[in-house]
Amino acid sequence: MTFTLAFRNLFHDRIRLAVTLVGILFSIVLVAVQLGLYLGARSMIISMIERADGDLWVMAYGTKNFEEGQNIDVRERYSALATPGVARVVPLIVSFSDWRKPQGGTTLVVVIGTDAEDRGLVPWGVVDGEVSGLGAGDAVMVDKSYLADLGIGGIGDTAEINGTRVRVTGLTEGIRSFTVSPYVFTTLARSRALLGMPSDRFTYGLVKLQPGANAETVRAALKARSPNTEVLTKAEFRQRSLNHWLFATGAGIALIGGAVLGLVVGTVIVAQTLYSSTKDHLNEFATLRALGSSSGYIHRVILAQAGLSAVLGYSLGMMIALTIAVLSERTALPILMTPGLAGVLLALTLAMCAVSAVSAIGKVMRIDPAMVFSR
Amino acid sequence: MTTTTTATPTAPPAAPAKVMLDATNVIKELGFGPVKVRALKGVNLKLNAGELTLLMGPSGSGKTTLLSILGCIMTPTSGRLVVAGDSTDGLNAEELADLRRRHIGFVFQSYNLFPTLTAEENVRIALDVRGEKGSEAKIRSQRALQQVGLGHKLKSYPKNMSGGEQQRVAVARAIVASPSVILADEPTAALDSENGLAVMQLLSEIAKDKSRAVLAVTHDPRTIPFANRILRIEDGHIVGEERRAEGVETVHELARTRKRKANA
Repeated sequence: MTFTLAFRNLFHDRIRLAVTLVGILFSIVLVAVQLGLYLGARSMIISMIERADGDLWVMAYGTKNFEEGQNIDVRERYSALATPGVARVVPLIVSFSDWRKPQGGTTLVVVIGTDAEDRGLVPWGVVDGEVSGLGAGDAVMVDKSYLADLGIGGIGDTAEINGTRVRVTGLTEGIRSFTVSPYVFTTLARSRALLGMPSDRFTYGLVKLQPGANAETVRAALKARSPNTEVLTKAEFRQRSLNHWLFATGAGIALIGGAVLGLVVGTVIVAQTLYSSTKDHLNEFATLRALGSSSGYIHRVILAQAGLSAVLGYSLGMMIALTIAVLSERTALPILMTPGLAGVLLALTLAMCAVSAVSAIGKVMRIDPAMVFSR
Repeated sequence: MTTTTTATPTAPPAAPAKVMLDATNVIKELGFGPVKVRALKGVNLKLNAGELTLLMGPSGSGKTTLLSILGCIMTPTSGRLVVAGDSTDGLNAEELADLRRRHIGFVFQSYNLFPTLTAEENVRIALDVRGEKGSEAKIRSQRALQQVGLGHKLKSYPKNMSGGEQQRVAVARAIVASPSVILADEPTAALDSENGLAVMQLLSEIAKDKSRAVLAVTHDPRTIPFANRILRIEDGHIVGEERRAEGVETVHELARTRKRKANA
């Protein structure tokens, strides 16, 4: 009957229930949006590294993230190719550059140069055109979500990168950039031309290991051969990029801070309403105590009340959070809602309500059951 | 303790009844330092099975404090309390709650029903706190309500019941787990004459169970005819004990007596 009592207590005062649910709802929406943004940002930051087909990344020493890599000499590639255990080393060029819109004005883009046939980093989510179309003289491929930013309407439109004309021959969907600078895919040779980079330079060497080769052994060998470069595993490079964009810049801390703030606000609101609800039902709890109920029984009633509030508030909050997530899909910083995040949010809501119940439980535990005689 | 015995129709001594609750030299001090008050000054009291005992006394005499101690809600400063053979010596709050669960039923002045629960649920909660759940608990709760004449009000909420009906629900809650001792705090104080008499009639019927003792704290002289025994408390002492005849008047007899007196 603990559940029945909790349920009836909760629904007995509809206004208080509404206040509780609004508190939880706002808290959930705030936390969901902040964590969703964090996940969205995280996903964008690591998308290129995840998609690239390489077991190890060879890069300039001190590279902080994918977008800001420094160039290294092509000899590093040959050196890597000569290392036992290495099957292939795909050169990749990544660099910021200016995109001049056809109607005037410029925007910053990230040029990614790689040859599709090397299978190092092939554009994915192609919705219009073909990857093979990049072989054409001035071809580039961009994500359709950035068409407006790039000042173009679609396939066939032209613009300039560093004063050189480029023509859009393909469109992707879902390749978003955390830096808000759109990615522009092209071939290795054309990217060098667009960026004015010598032909003996490249940004990353994507190392594919031979079957059965030990990554650590190969890495040690690569480092021994090229002391001026760094060799990172996919996981290490992913983490390094995340650390830079999310923590060194403070963006991630702001998002996580917002989520924590949401939890604190939610906890305070739920605690306050639960406490006042408990205070209103104090005589009933004293009666329960006089009837001989254990502390555990009373705890269960209050926790059930908190749990019910949590589930109701969570359900409503998630509906709103999912709506916001859907609406944000086409924005520069989409909110990602995954089953994992939904599970984490449910756990957080339950924990928040359980913590909120502490003050109410404390109040009930201080009841003098003799108050049942004093009315 | 000073105990005086006044003899109004005194019953012949019967076979010694089983003592369901035994308080020995109970002292209770309330407050601290200069505001410390000795509310009970060495109370000795036994509640016998099969008896309805009334505890009467003026305000501030220590009735409620004594009731709290007898109900294991408050612990005495000194003295000894044994309920249904279990001593309360050295028990902590949880252990006292356990003792209440097993041996004591309460009837409160203001009924103390849960407004959000139906009559049947209000009764069943007394079983629920004892860990008795499911259909068996439901059937027992329904039987208890039938016993107090509320078999037709199982689904009613307190707000839809009269004061007398609510108090009868409280009585059903007190008896549903078959406790050894039932303690009633001013059970008729919030009721009109008719309902008050009906509740006392009910308590006297319940007290006839030879495995149960009933104590009612009251100011209400209308309750006297229902008692087997009346204890008078003043200034923290039991100052009088009156034992009444075995045959307690029924409500109908009382009504007839009243009518006769009125006619005379």
